Amino acid sequence: MLPTRAGGLRRIALIGLAGALAVTAAACASERGSGNNGASDTFIFGAAGAPKNFDPIFNDDGESFRPARQMFDTLVTYKPGTTELQGALATAWTPSDGNKTWTFTLRQGVKFHDGTPFNAAAVCFNFDRWYNMKGAAAQSQMIYYGDVFEGFAKNEADTTGQPVYKSCEAKDDHTAVLHLNKPKGAFPDAFGLTSLSMSSPDALKKYNADTVTQSGEAFTYSPYATDHPTGTGPYKFDSFDKANNTITLVRNEDYWGEKAKTAKLIFKIIPDENARKQELAAGTIDGYDYPNPADYNSLKQAGDQVLIRPAFNILYLGINQKNNPKLKDVRVRKAIEFAINKDQLVKNRLPQGAYPQDQFLPNNVPGHTDAVEKDSYNPDVARQLLAQAGASDLALNFYVPTEVTRPYMPNPVDIAAAVTDDLKAVGIKVNVVQEPWNGGYKDSVQKAGKQDLHLLGWTGDYADAGNFIGTFFGRPKPEFGFDNPQIFSALSTADAQATPDAKKAAYENASVLISQYVPAVPLSSSPPAIVVRGNVKGLVPTPLTDERFYTVTKG
Amino acid sequence: MLRFVIRRLLQAIPTLLVLSVLVFAWLRLLPGGPATALLGDKATPEKVAAMNNVLGLDQPIPVQYFKFLGRILTGDFGASLISGDGVLTEIARAFPATVELSLAALVLAVGFGIPMGYLAARYRGRFLDNATVLTTLVGVAVPVFFFGVLLKYVFAQKLGVLPPSGRQDVTIDATHITGFFTLDGLLTGELDATWDAIKHLILPSIALASIPFAVIVRITRASVLDVQQEDFVRTAESKGLTTATIRQRHVLRNALLPVSTTIGLQTGLLLAGAVLTEKVFNWNGLGALLAQGIERRDYPRLQALLLLAATVYVLVNLLVDISYAIIDPRVRVR
Repeated sequence: MLPTRAGGLRRIALIGLAGALAVTAAACASERGSGNNGASDTFIFGAAGAPKNFDPIFNDDGESFRPARQMFDTLVTYKPGTTELQGALATAWTPSDGNKTWTFTLRQGVKFHDGTPFNAAAVCFNFDRWYNMKGAAAQSQMIYYGDVFEGFAKNEADTTGQPVYKSCEAKDDHTAVLHLNKPKGAFPDAFGLTSLSMSSPDALKKYNADTVTQSGEAFTYSPYATDHPTGTGPYKFDSFDKANNTITLVRNEDYWGEKAKTAKLIFKIIPDENARKQELAAGTIDGYDYPNPADYNSLKQAGDQVLIRPAFNILYLGINQKNNPKLKDVRVRKAIEFAINKDQLVKNRLPQGAYPQDQFLPNNVPGHTDAVEKDSYNPDVARQLLAQAGASDLALNFYVPTEVTRPYMPNPVDIAAAVTDDLKAVGIKVNVVQEPWNGGYKDSVQKAGKQDLHLLGWTGDYADAGNFIGTFFGRPKPEFGFDNPQIFSALSTADAQATPDAKKAAYENASVLISQYVPAVPLSSSPPAIVVRGNVKGLVPTPLTDERFYTVTKG
Repeated sequence: MLRFVIRRLLQAIPTLLVLSVLVFAWLRLLPGGPATALLGDKATPEKVAAMNNVLGLDQPIPVQYFKFLGRILTGDFGASLISGDGVLTEIARAFPATVELSLAALVLAVGFGIPMGYLAARYRGRFLDNATVLTTLVGVAVPVFFFGVLLKYVFAQKLGVLPPSGRQDVTIDATHITGFFTLDGLLTGELDATWDAIKHLILPSIALASIPFAVIVRITRASVLDVQQEDFVRTAESKGLTTATIRQRHVLRNALLPVSTTIGLQTGLLLAGAVLTEKVFNWNGLGALLAQGIERRDYPRLQALLLLAATVYVLVNLLVDISYAIIDPRVRVR
């Protein structure tokens, strides 16, 4: 007996090994042939993070907007692949009274996911809900509403400002009239913001949508926001499996428009970029957002489609005039712009489709103009300007973010290295200070204004110049450390223009003023990409990164 | 004995209090903050300030600390800034995932490690031994994130035989009862769900097992070699016992004593090692919670996780001391 027991040990080892092999072999057998885990009526998209919740009004980030966009509609939307407006829940929208009144003609026969009708009363219910939102916690979460409407019926905590919204009137079932206290340049484009999606009034009431409570330092959202989002969109909410990190949406069979091509839309949350790439390669997801430009080639070689979006962002080299008096001299700021070889930068450090910038608006935003001063690369002129300004010995602190990739700067450290080399070439001494993006960089640069130079950028929310240059240069900010009333007033004038043409002309004028003053150096606009497997068809990449997946099919 | 236990329990309280202060202060001294992470790209300094005001993060740190202490004394650890769920709910949800992964890794490490270590010792200096020693060297030296990515590349990407990451196929509509996905399928009768969960478990548990496996092999091998030199083995040999009996009854049994201590130590390390493995394999456990919490400066989640870890550590130490006290009464007097 004993000898067999001794031999048993060896046997156990062998059995163990054989078992492991068997498991692998069995796995082989079951996986092979299917090729892809997802059936062709299910589109699986890899998301980089979990949504905050599903109530659009309380959200402002891409990961929350992505599922929301598939479930909700807005009054107006953008033509697929462009920043141009087209009808959505409203078929027409007309401003009057100097843009202080907006009349919406609503699409008829539209139903919310809970079966209740979409009509003018529902529109007004949504606008009134936002305007009358109570509680500091709730208001603090309504970032886009705050930006666009500037205030609430009763501002709570630190919210300040006079509300733009006055009232909403349901003239008849399919005509809603919105009255504003003052015109707002962001309209009508901002009516297409995902935050301003239309929710079912019944569902909002039933699931206590307005109760955002604070627990310690965090916010807890209502059952509406976590489990019962109810819009009119092509997909309906099914479940959010937090243990498996999966959001499942199902086709809305009663959708007013073209029905979704796939019966199910699943978002699989995969925070690690490398893991997303490997899941795509293994076929367990059908696509993911913002692939690293360094991977474009290998993805294409593997048969995937890297869909490049039209660029809708700006990367700039910020100049802070506060700490170094020499930067107050416009010649010095111009010298910095002349010193930078933007063409080279774009060619070597930015993804395919990027282009160099001479102003702070991408070329698809009204207000972009050829009339701006173009300080193109010329190191000799840069040296002369520095000498004229008595700044040949210029030494600058250049703040650079690390641990971050943004659509406008996939690799900030590399970009900063190229800029630094250019500046050094004209005799500027550069002291590079690196800080992690969420580990102090934004505070140092935007709040404390510690830097002389810094890298930052912006992705637009809608095609309104105010959303770009108004945000950057509309008022004094520690980030730039200047006070130029001429620019500030040009921008606020532009925002208040009543007609699109007047608005465009006013923003062009502001763009020229800015290019003469050089408060910062515009560097480039870069297109972010979205990647899908070779068998995926019908996905239209959009500059606003607001892709709708209901048109997608899998071959 | 009871007095000793009570005394030690009382001693644990100040330890935990000090730890809570350290954790609290450390988090708040980290640059950046939850408001910046919460508000994202478009956060202006004004919005960050307003958010900090709403969150109460603009108050002096001691004030924040005492409020926090007041809350946790009533059992309220707060909600995660990222998910809005109670942090204890989050931890309870992630806990089975990490335990499932660690257990699987432990089974692999022990199940393969002991036999291999034993065989290596037995065939000392021969090919099997050299191969084993080399394998374990690699096992210890190669970082989990590299080994894990490599495993995924080979088995998921190239061969397509195993899923690359996650805990279960997203198209499987499985019911979760215990949170142990392998078990849930058995309980609900959804065998395909269990099978799918097992397949998802294979690669991450191999990656996680690599280090403890290597350590166990080496300790077993060394221990067996040591014991073989002992006098009692020579005595047994001289008594004329069969080689098999000696190996089984004398050598292995004695050699396993230091191995079991090592297994205990490695179990603790497994939980720590899970942080990286979970990231690589998108395994939705405690490690992933921690990693994401640090990235997004989720104070409530991090406080709870770190305090939980500290409490477990203190309790384990206490248990060890108590067991010593039971074994050796002299300890109690000290």
